[in-house]
Amino acid sequence: MNAPSDLEVKPWQDQLFEQLKGADIRQVCYVPDAGHARLIARCKADPNIRDIALTTEEEGIALAAGAWLGGQRSALLMQSSGVGNCINMLSLIRACRFPMLMLVTMRGEWEEFNPWQEPMGSIVEPALKLCETDVAKVTEPAQVVPAVQNAIQLAFGGDRAAAVLLSQRLIGRKVWVK
Amino acid sequence: MIFERRAAMKTLLADRPNNLFVVPGLGSCTWDTFAAGDDDRNFYLWGAMGGAAMIGLGLALAKPNIRVAVVTGDGEMLMGMGSLATIAVQKPKNLSVVVFDNGHYGETGMQASHTQGGVDLVNVAKSCGFDRVLDVADDAGLQELAGLLGTYEGTLFARVPIVADDPPRALPEKDGVVIKDRVRRAAAAIG
Repeated sequence: MNAPSDLEVKPWQDQLFEQLKGADIRQVCYVPDAGHARLIARCKADPNIRDIALTTEEEGIALAAGAWLGGQRSALLMQSSGVGNCINMLSLIRACRFPMLMLVTMRGEWEEFNPWQEPMGSIVEPALKLCETDVAKVTEPAQVVPAVQNAIQLAFGGDRAAAVLLSQRLIGRKVWVK
Repeated sequence: MIFERRAAMKTLLADRPNNLFVVPGLGSCTWDTFAAGDDDRNFYLWGAMGGAAMIGLGLALAKPNIRVAVVTGDGEMLMGMGSLATIAVQKPKNLSVVVFDNGHYGETGMQASHTQGGVDLVNVAKSCGFDRVLDVADDAGLQELAGLLGTYEGTLFARVPIVADDPPRALPEKDGVVIKDRVRRAAAAIG
C-alpha cells in the first residue's frame, strides 16, 4: 500500500494551524520540511503570525525564549534531523523554565528511502525525553488535534518543553522521483 | 583604539533609555553588563552559547515598543553566525547586535578565535544585509553607538574591539527562572 505523498494537503494540517491560531501563537519559526509545507504557507499568509525562517533549528529555541520574555507565544517547526541541532540550546528552556512548543515531522521510519535519515530519526524520542521534553507521537489523523492541544497546555501552562512528533506514516511518503 | 571592556559597557549603558533591554552573551559580557549596574531589563545569560542574538530577535519582534541590544563576545557570535542572516532577513527596527571582540575565548584560557584568524564580523553582518554596521574606532564612535542603541530604526551591528584581559568576575543572579521573570515583568511594564 502506498501512503499519499507528503506534499498533498491533508485536513489535519489545517486543523493544526487552527490550533496554533486558537492558542494565540504569534511567532512561528522553522527550518522547512515537506511535511510542514502547508502549515508554513498558512502561517505566512496570516497577518497576525510572524513567520521566521531559520538557518538552524537551535535558533528557534533561543527565539522562543526571547518571544516569551516579550509576552508572545511561539512554535518551532522542524524535521526530526533538526532535533539533534537543538540539544544544548534546550538547556536554556530547562534552566529558565521557558515554554517551548515543538512540532516535529519524522523521517527515518515509515517507507523511508534514505538510510541517512534513520540515525537521528530513531533517537528523536529518547533524546527529547532526556532533555525533559514531553513527547507525544502521532500516527493517525484523529490524534493530531488532541496531541497538539495537550502540548500547548503543557508548554504554556506548565512552563516547559513539549513536542509533537508527526510520524512519517501520517505525513505520507516523500516524493522522490518527480 | 582598543577599549577596556568594563569601561566600554559602562559607556554604552550610561544614559540607557527606559525602554532599552540588554541581552548579554554568556561569560564576560554578562559580567560586564552586571558590573555596569544590575537592572531588571538585563537578561543575563549563563549558558546557551550561540543563542544571544536570537533571544534578542524574539524579544524585539514581540515588543516593537522596546529597544533590544544584544552585547556578546566574538566566540559567542561566531557560534551563532547564522542568526545574523536570520535577523537581517526579518529586519526588526529595534534590534542592535554589538560584539565585544578580543579575538579570544576569554572564559576558557584565552584561546584564539576566528576573528583573530581574519574573520571580519562587521563585513559578515553587512553581507547579511544589516541596515547599518559600525567598526567602533574611538571614544566618539563608542558614544555614537551608545546613542544609536536607543534610537536607530533598523538592524544595527557594531564591533567594539576590546583588550584581551580578564577583569575580576562580577556575578549577577544565577537562577534562570528569576532572571526570566524579572525581564518579562519589565517588558510587560513598558506596554
